[in-house]
Amino acid sequence: MSQTVQTSVTSVDGEQGEPKVVRGLEAKNIHAWFGKHHVLKDVSLRFPERTVTGLIGPSGCGKSTFIRLLNRMHEFIPGAAMAGQVLQDGHDIYSPEVDAAAIRLKVGMVFQKPNPFPAMNIRENVLSGIKLAHLKVADHDAIVESCLTRAGLWKEVKDRLTATGGSLSGGQQQRLCIARSLAVEPSVLLMDEPCSALDPGSTLRIEETIKELVEKIAVVIVTHNMQQAARVSDFCAFFLADGGPGYLVEADATKKLFTNPSDTRTADYVQGKFG
Amino acid sequence: MSTMIVPTERANVAPEPTTPWRPTRKNKSISSIVFLISVVLSAAIVLLTGLAGIDGFGLAFFAVFMAATIVRSFRLNQKNRKDAFVGVLIASAAVLAFFPWMSIFASVILKGVRGLQPNFLVENMQFTTPDDELNMGGAAHAIIGSMLMVSIAAAITLPLGILSGVYLTEIRGRLTFLVRFVVQSMSGVPSIVAGLFIYTTFVNYTDAFSGMAGALALAVLMLPTVARTAEEVLKLVPDDLRSASYALGARQWRTSLMVVLPTVRSGLMTAAILGVARVIGETAPLLLTSLSNNSFVFNPLGGPIGSLPTYVFGLLQIGTENSINRAWTGSLVLMIVVLILFTTARYIGGKDKR
Ligand SMILES: Nc1ncnc2c1ncn2[C@@H]1O[C@H](COP(=O)(O)OP(=O)(O)OP(=O)(O)O)[C@@H](O)[C@H]1O
Ligand SMILES: [Mg+2]
Repeated sequence: MSQTVQTSVTSVDGEQGEPKVVRGLEAKNIHAWFGKHHVLKDVSLRFPERTVTGLIGPSGCGKSTFIRLLNRMHEFIPGAAMAGQVLQDGHDIYSPEVDAAAIRLKVGMVFQKPNPFPAMNIRENVLSGIKLAHLKVADHDAIVESCLTRAGLWKEVKDRLTATGGSLSGGQQQRLCIARSLAVEPSVLLMDEPCSALDPGSTLRIEETIKELVEKIAVVIVTHNMQQAARVSDFCAFFLADGGPGYLVEADATKKLFTNPSDTRTADYVQGKFG
Repeated sequence: MSTMIVPTERANVAPEPTTPWRPTRKNKSISSIVFLISVVLSAAIVLLTGLAGIDGFGLAFFAVFMAATIVRSFRLNQKNRKDAFVGVLIASAAVLAFFPWMSIFASVILKGVRGLQPNFLVENMQFTTPDDELNMGGAAHAIIGSMLMVSIAAAITLPLGILSGVYLTEIRGRLTFLVRFVVQSMSGVPSIVAGLFIYTTFVNYTDAFSGMAGALALAVLMLPTVARTAEEVLKLVPDDLRSASYALGARQWRTSLMVVLPTVRSGLMTAAILGVARVIGETAPLLLTSLSNNSFVFNPLGGPIGSLPTYVFGLLQIGTENSINRAWTGSLVLMIVVLILFTTARYIGGKDKR
């Protein structure tokens, strides 16, 4: 069955004359293992600058594993292994001379569960990335304000910047985490189900945030919410794991994927017939 | 807008799993060869030049290893060079810290191994004088006595210590402060005082030295270590887990017993290990409680009983060549027993970690 997948991917491939070095993030023939367990098979995807890419697919098909491979978080899991390449502006981030910490500075991540640092207040949380990476910044206050504004949280917290992160609501905490990852000015932001624990209001705010972010950077968002994928993403990729390792079924412009997918399984999934 | 589809050739064979974030095998083996050569070279320097002693060795090692690293680092980028230099510092510190320990280890093994003959592990000293040849007599009675007393002490203190940890972290009753205070002050009790305490109570009451008295004295010393370690590891259990269990309708004691304690099984094993390590070499309290004996005693209430520390102590005091040799062998066996205990405990306790 994986044969059909690869055929579908290669057949849609329309850009033969593309130059070799592509700006932005690109995954090539990615495989992933946990111990002997092969969980991701031959995924190739490109995340051009200034686009939002949605990753969809049923639970356990390897979406989180895939995006953790994109900023070298996969290697923290004991027994993890991979194959393939992840290119950032044409350079393989897995080549031996690359500093993984520098990669993670450029490719930020927002997690499913809000995780503000409990020992820091709101302001310190926003600035934490700058402190942790030893970045030199002239105006801390300006950064705090601009990041919180871009994350849609400024109005709510501007009078209590010294309160602890834990004193915020779940949705506010998640937006604080987004603000925190923006402060180090990543060029790609990975989001693993960032809204799965949030109310519709906070979700909408975060979607607006994503639309603003994408004017400068690339965003990759994993979501189980089809409407959300349709609303925020420019491109969409559909993953599936039917028993074996997860693989990419179809990747295309969001509009095409949702209205006229080339694979029937994609059609079934986006219409809610399974998964 | 460009597309997100990457033009790739179809791979027909599945590739091998790789771990590019780990140092390559070649680099690793070069590193260990450089390390070994540095050790040998600095040993040569210590032997052939004015530099002497452990600090001389550390210094020589630091210089040699640093030189080797500088040579190697010409081929590295900035970040890896920093890594390499910090690596040299850490390795030198480790060598400095390691060698005194190694020399203790080595002298116990070298001096003890002569007496480590089969008879040492199966015979006792009932019909052997300390001066006899090393192929006569043994310390089996001392090994058995030590194991007996430490086992009883552990059987008393493990439940008590874990219970006190559970009381302090799970139940958080009104006496929390008092329990914590008592445990902390107990950990400051000198071992001889623990011995005296059991001497004036249990030994006086039963009117006899015994293994039970020794075990009680060891338990007094072991309890605070176990209780405090247990408390620390229990504190690490996230409250989410407790909430999850309560939300399933579990009562507090079921939650503690079936969710919290199993979660920290390996931590509690560590608590037990630290407790045993604390007491297995104790000599002073045993002199006041279990005394010593040259023949087998299996009954903890059957009068004075031998133990490895008192065996070593007694033979050292005699001071003849063969008796001192026996004492070294006793120390070696004590070390091996501790090693076996720890390895088993780690093995059992480490199972829940994947
Ligand atoms: N730490 C791990 N150790 C072993 N196997 C793992 C680990 N994490 C994930 N897996 C396995 O890898 C596969 C992919 O998991 P992954 O978390 O990437 O799925 P997912 O698509 O993100 O699912 P969800 O939508 O539920 O978040 C699953 O089969 C899972 O069992
Ligand atoms: Mg996931």
